This record gives sequence, structure tokens and C-alpha cells, in this order.
Amino acid sequence: MISLIANIFTGFVNSLPTTLMEGFVWGILAMGVYISYRILDVPDMTVDGSLALGGIVSAMLTVKGWNVFLTIPIAVIAGALAGIVTALLHTKLKIPAILSGILTMFALYSINMRILGNRSSQSLVGLPSIKDTLAQLLNIPFIYTNLIFSFLIMAGLVALLYWFFGTQLGSSIRATGCNPDMARAQGINTDNMKIAGLALSNGIAALAGCLFTQLQGSADVNMASGTIVIGLASVVIGEIIFNNKLSFWIKLSGAVAGATIYRTIIVIALLLGMPTSDLKLVTAVLVALALSLPLIKKHTSPRKKGGQENA
Amino acid sequence: MLDIVNISVVFHPSTPNEKHALNSVSLHLDEGDFVTVIGGNGAGKSTLLNTVAGTVRATEGKIAIDGSDVTRKPDFKRAGDVSRVFQDPMKGTAGDMNIEENLALAMSRGKRRTLRWNVTSKEAQQFKEMLSELHLGLEDRLNCKVGLLSGGQRQALTLLMATMNKPKLLLLDEHTAALDPKTADKVLKMTEDITSRNNQTTLMVTHNMRDALRYGNRLIMMNDGKIIFHASGEEKKKLTVQDLLNKFTSIGQENDRILLA
Repeated sequence: MISLIANIFTGFVNSLPTTLMEGFVWGILAMGVYISYRILDVPDMTVDGSLALGGIVSAMLTVKGWNVFLTIPIAVIAGALAGIVTALLHTKLKIPAILSGILTMFALYSINMRILGNRSSQSLVGLPSIKDTLAQLLNIPFIYTNLIFSFLIMAGLVALLYWFFGTQLGSSIRATGCNPDMARAQGINTDNMKIAGLALSNGIAALAGCLFTQLQGSADVNMASGTIVIGLASVVIGEIIFNNKLSFWIKLSGAVAGATIYRTIIVIALLLGMPTSDLKLVTAVLVALALSLPLIKKHTSPRKKGGQENA
Repeated sequence: MLDIVNISVVFHPSTPNEKHALNSVSLHLDEGDFVTVIGGNGAGKSTLLNTVAGTVRATEGKIAIDGSDVTRKPDFKRAGDVSRVFQDPMKGTAGDMNIEENLALAMSRGKRRTLRWNVTSKEAQQFKEMLSELHLGLEDRLNCKVGLLSGGQRQALTLLMATMNKPKLLLLDEHTAALDPKTADKVLKMTEDITSRNNQTTLMVTHNMRDALRYGNRLIMMNDGKIIFHASGEEKKKLTVQDLLNKFTSIGQENDRILLA
């Protein structure tokens, strides 16, 4: 018994750098999901496709001999374009948002296969991926360079998004998600704001995909299935832990913290012997529970006086 | 200032639900005119305002502001000239954003949104002064989420947002109907102060006949998508609630008479 606990503990400590790295990268995705789901109030399924797109674009450019760091902006642009397609389906063709996202995600599978050259995956073994490049450059094991690199990108993105959503343009996107009538009355072109917001959100998802590929050494057409659920799990776990009335950058960091905690829970569950194939079921239950928490709280806590509705 | 020329609006055309919401309505407003609009349910008051705002497209006719044709312009492109206060206090402000952010969004109404910081400290100071003039106690709560304010406070804030950079035209669509009587009076008083100070051209829809008589220099009564009565200046001042009720009776709006009394 004691040896079992010791084994699990050792396993956990050994995998900690990788767990944290994955937490940070999923955290980047979670910020993307936060933008669509919380800021724009659009549940955007495109991220499933755009995360894989980012990874695959980056992998294939690496194979073609591009500088690996230059593949990052290209992957981000590819993801942003996917987001724009979803936004155009939704705003110009008036297709419901969730369906627009599903359509783009569906189409992206074929596109991703084409980019991969009709194979389902691409390994970067033996190629100068960011993982190997950085480890050789700094002459330390790649698990540490991966950890530092993913942390820096994540922290930089928190700062960038905090700045952006404080600007006039970013505030207009927030107003569009919060109250489209008010936004239009202030002269904000709500269609354009949705397009910009979904481009940003999917660009960030593609960044996460690109980092997964570059830090783990492979891209796979199925690497991102169910991404939206993991993103949502991260966002809601973050909101439960951090009070959601706090300032914007804390909310963003909350999404990252949520992703890290989510990864930690999963790693512990796997170490405890949970089969990998149960992962999706467990995640779905976790998200459903987290999303219904406000309702559960309302029924279990003593009644408060009115006026809670719009708090 | 505002020219509405033979505007017609048909909802659900060529279907069994076809409805002529506006029937060839024409109205001219001079600068500084404050027109109150009354009429029963479904008379076309809100449709008239929405057509001017651009949220409803006119089926026929022309709308011009200061001589330039805006008939085909969508609502957000008219927002630089036309500002609105809705009936629903939740509709005019962004509840998840704080007071200063809402004010800053209104400050750049109709202007290009750039990557400039939304609320500068100089603007925050300016907002503070504007709010203290309203005596709502909001001047020290600039960082407070608007969603935490009462309906009356939100409506007062919306009114400030709608008038702070002096639009050419102010549209008020029963903006006090959802408030309790005391708060409604306060918001109406504020409306009067601001409009008279700015010589603000205004169209105000109201269900309350006393308010329609007390405020503004002109009054129009609508029924069935048409303007059926128009009074201005001295003629309007002499009108009483009874006069208006008699007008309603004469067009057979008995049901609304009960509603309006």
C-alpha cells in the first residue's frame, strides 16, 4: 500500500515538468476559448479544427525546412483564417454560431489531411523542432526548455490580451459579446467585432496546436478532437477557483490555472490506474458538473434576498 | 435637421401576417425641437423611432439628417448622429463592463475604434465630473460593474451616455416606462435638464399623456401607422389630458383610453 502511494508520488513528481508544460499550452488554448465562449458569448467549435491546423501547418513547414520559430506566426494566421470563415458563416450568412463552428471544424479535417499530404500524422523526429533546437542551444534537457518556453509564451499572451482588451477595439469586442444592442447603438459594427474576436480566438488555438507539435515532436490530424471541451473545462475550473468578479487579467490567468489544474487531475487519475479511454467521459462529467455549479449552489445555500439575477 | 418623407414600413410582406407598421409618415424636425410621440399599442411609435435609428429598414420613403440621406445606412453607421435610450434599462449599457468603460465606449460613439487605451486617466477624471453633476452617487464608483446598478441608475447612465457628446438627434423610446414612478420622474427631470441645456433635438415616445404634455415643444399622436394629430408651441401648451383622451375616443381607441387614463 505504502509502496503504491510512493510509486504514484514518484511518478507524479517525475512527470511534473511535462504536466506543467501541457498545462501551460492547454492554458493558451483556454484563453482562446475564453475569448469566444465568455467574451463573445459564442460557443465556437472551430477550435477543434484550428488547433490541429496550427500543429499540422507548423509540422509541414518544419519538414519543408523553414525556420521553426517562423512557423509559429504562419500557424497563427492559418488558425485566424479558420476563425474568420466561421465568423463569416455566422454573421453574413446568418447560420447559428454553434453550427457555423461545426461546419468549419468538419471542413478543416479534409484540409488538414491535404496539408499532411493525405497521411494522418507527421513526426518531427530527426528534424529541428523547437524542442530539440532549444535543448541543444541551452544544453539542458528538453523537458526544462519546453517548460520555460511554454511558460514564456503563455505569460506573454496573458499580457498581450490584457492590453488588447483594454484598448478601444478590444473593449468594443467585449461590448459586442456582452450587449450587442448597446454596442450597435454606440456605433460599433458588431459583425466585424465577431469576426475579429473569432479570428483572435482561433489564432490562439492554432498557436497552442503549433506548440504541442513543436514541443512533443509530432502532429496528428486527430490531435485536437474534443479540444473545445478541454478548453471549457479549463475556463470553468478557473472561474470556480478565482472569483469571477475580479479584474480581467486575473480571469485570463484563471483560465491558464484551470488548464494546469485540469492536466494535474488527469495525470493523477491516470497514475491511479484510470484507462486512457475513459478520459473523455471523465472530462465531460467534470465540465457538466462545473457548468451546473451555479445552479447547485443556488439550491443548497440558504436563500439570499433578491437582486442576484444580474450580479 | 431631421426629415422623414413618406416613410412606409411593412413587416412580413406578402404573407398572411403582413402588417403595415408605418403608412406614408412624414415629419420634419427643426434643430432644438423636442417632439413627444403618443399613441396606442401597435400605433407605430416604436417603429417610427427604430426606422430613424436604422434598426428597421423603411420599405418606402426617405430619411435625411441635416440634408444627407441616411435611409440605407445601417444603425451602427447612424450612431454618430443619432443616439438612443431604450425602454429596457438592461439594453442601453454593457452589464459586464464597468461604469467608466461604458462611458468611454459612448464617448467614441460613431468614431473609429483604435488600439488606443479605452479609458485614459484624463477621461476618467472627466467622467467623474459628468457623473457628479447627476447626483446619483456614481462618481466614486467608476470601477463598479454596471450590472450591479439599479434600473434607474442604469437608465440615467444610458441617458448620460446618449447625450455626452451631443448627438444631432436623441431618440427616447419609453425610456422611463420600466421604472418606478419616483425614479421615472427623476430620469425625466434629468432628460429635461440635458435637452434644454444642449438645445437637443429629441423624439420621445411615451405612454404617459401628462409627460407628453409637460415635456417638449411639439406633440404628435399616432394611430394605425399614421400621424393623426400634431400640435406645437402655444397650441400644445393649451392641450389637456382630457383633450387627448377625446381625440383617442374620436378615432375609436376605447381600449387604449382605459390603458392611458
